Amino acid sequence: MPTVPPPTAPLPLLDRLPAGSVVPEEGCDQETWIVHREVLADLALALRDDAENRFDLLLDLCGVDYPERDERFEAVYHLCSLPLDRRLRLKVPVPEDDPVLPSLIGVWKAANWFEREAWDMFGIRFEGHPNLRRLLTHEAFEGHPLRKDYDPARRWILPQEKVYKPLPVPEGETDEDIFERMTINIGPSHPAMHGTFRVVATLDGERIVASEVEIGYLHRCFEKMSETHTWQQVIPYTDRLNYCSSFINNVAYCRAVEGLLGIEAPPRAVWARTILSEFSRIMDHCVCNGSTLVDAGALTNFWYLFQPREEIYGLLEACSGARLTVSYCRIGGLAADLPPDFVARSRVLLDSIPEFIDDVDRLVLKNRIWLDRSVGVAAISGEEAVNWGWTGPCLRASGVASDVRRDHPYDLYDTVDFEVPVLHGGDVFDRFRVRMAEIRQSLSIIRQLLDRGMPEGPYIVSDPHVALPPKDAAYNQMEAMIYHFKLIMDGIQVPPGEIYSMVEGANGELGFYVISDGSGKPYRIKVRPPCFPIFSTFSRLINGGTVSDAVVSLGGLNVIAGELER
Amino acid sequence: MIGESWMTTTFGKLEEWAQKNSFWPLPFGTACCAIEFMSTVSSHYDVARFGYEVVRFSPRQSDVMIVAGTITDKMAPVMKRIYDQMPDPKWVISMGACACSGGFYRAYHVMQGIDEVIPVDVYVPGCPPSPEGLIYGILQLKEKIRRDRQKRRKGANADRAAADGSIAAA
Repeated sequence: MPTVPPPTAPLPLLDRLPAGSVVPEEGCDQETWIVHREVLADLALALRDDAENRFDLLLDLCGVDYPERDERFEAVYHLCSLPLDRRLRLKVPVPEDDPVLPSLIGVWKAANWFEREAWDMFGIRFEGHPNLRRLLTHEAFEGHPLRKDYDPARRWILPQEKVYKPLPVPEGETDEDIFERMTINIGPSHPAMHGTFRVVATLDGERIVASEVEIGYLHRCFEKMSETHTWQQVIPYTDRLNYCSSFINNVAYCRAVEGLLGIEAPPRAVWARTILSEFSRIMDHCVCNGSTLVDAGALTNFWYLFQPREEIYGLLEACSGARLTVSYCRIGGLAADLPPDFVARSRVLLDSIPEFIDDVDRLVLKNRIWLDRSVGVAAISGEEAVNWGWTGPCLRASGVASDVRRDHPYDLYDTVDFEVPVLHGGDVFDRFRVRMAEIRQSLSIIRQLLDRGMPEGPYIVSDPHVALPPKDAAYNQMEAMIYHFKLIMDGIQVPPGEIYSMVEGANGELGFYVISDGSGKPYRIKVRPPCFPIFSTFSRLINGGTVSDAVVSLGGLNVIAGELER
Repeated sequence: MIGESWMTTTFGKLEEWAQKNSFWPLPFGTACCAIEFMSTVSSHYDVARFGYEVVRFSPRQSDVMIVAGTITDKMAPVMKRIYDQMPDPKWVISMGACACSGGFYRAYHVMQGIDEVIPVDVYVPGCPPSPEGLIYGILQLKEKIRRDRQKRRKGANADRAAADGSIAAA
């Protein structure tokens, strides 16, 4: 800790703590405090419970490695207060020879997996964590890959005999009681686990009495890869985070970098970004609801919901040339101009999609089987969900009306009229209904924007340090060719700084915490994946239910492995 | 009078015809490619036209494994085990850049191509491949089976001829 004068912030909370233990940092994109680790646990509790703070939501926790500093690591906490609509960033320096922090699970349950991830990636130990195992990498892995001195391509082989075999023991029982129980392994290659999740459940009859969730089967090292590529080259990697709605990831990343650069995309690009984000949201909800229904045995709806998706793919393909992983955004605008028939095609989609949605609603909303499978299943209260770090449609199904599009409007969301659907059951059925309602809201947003007409003008900024010059200029003008060469070879030069920028992804708040050191490559990119805290709750949701309930509740959470494990 | 007509063929040809026209794929889908695989089996592209629609999640019931998505080092033992559980004859389609070569993830936790641990019959490039691309890969696999059968028949004939020759010489 550098020695600095005591804080002068007017908050009574800071006066209660030892002088110099909390120092507000100046010149940041949002309120930031540098916190001494001795007071972290007390501070966290006060931040959550004090009437003037009420930071009820731990959005994100990540490590950053600064090898040249005295205290090498830094743990960064992003907090949000839903009742007061306030955001706060805490930075806690951690020395390399004693990398220990107090665990905050007692304050925010969301800290559970975030702390395990920070241990896995940086080797920061969290004292008091009940299960500080590696989360994303495998059992035979050695070292902490996001440290700056770790070779990005250094792999470790996992032999069969080292594969982790958990044996979850119910509370209040010992290993000997487990003899009477049956333990089953579901996944990672199991149709109900959507590809890459693994749940080990201890059963009493058909009821799950204890369970353990294992992830990391799709940890593709996004954050390390982004540190070895230039700023533009990261865009294709962002596609593959939540691959059901790639475009929203593009927008979120590009907006973060634009924030660091201090530029804004031109109106035409912003208009297109808003429309295509909403189309992506519709696709994502279609996949989620379709596959949830398949998991419950309702195959017809899967085909009904996949058809609109296929048609939206057609639109995205016309814009970008790709169906799924579009990479259509660029820093400062879009990759290419919109196709001439963009508005006409979008209107055709607007007219055809409601039919499929209504059909599915009619098929399932009063269907006895679906109601029995979903109502009251995997229910969670709003308060508990916030403590677990939930955001997005799943949280709104538990009665908390939080939506980044409304609370912190970006792009054109402050100019359109839309509702944030909220339901109060907190179960699989309400998550399903919230998504169906959101599809309708998205259609309404798109219609309003199309009625407004496509803005004229360029689709990307004209700054030659950010956007490539037009091809004919690059071929015919010396200056343009040099700019082209510099941008391709060195990439965009982003000034040093940091930013946390968020959008409303299909699963909730999708945040990008980006640090630049001015070297032409990102110093650190941390994604705040919305489904990460949601899935960390899974064990709590399925304990006490049956195995078939667990299958349906996984579908309803819409966990996308690419985003969860990055 | 189709009920009374008859045809002659060899058992091997009949087996080949049946095999290549009714695959039971096991979708080992992990990531983005699995979404495109879902599109391929959905109504628009309808892979059932090629006899591929009986998707089985049990390795015991399937004969072609479609690896769709990135395989990490953590997933590798699982994939190997499932491949070992499939009964012979079996084939593998590697769908997408990640399964073929690791794709653009040259990274500490990603297998650089599934052929590090299991043999692959058809590589389908793309990130992800379009459904047309996957269907083309499927047709290539049919072609491969036909060629392999032919080669084996020719090989068997040559062996028999050689064996006959040796008897005659004796």
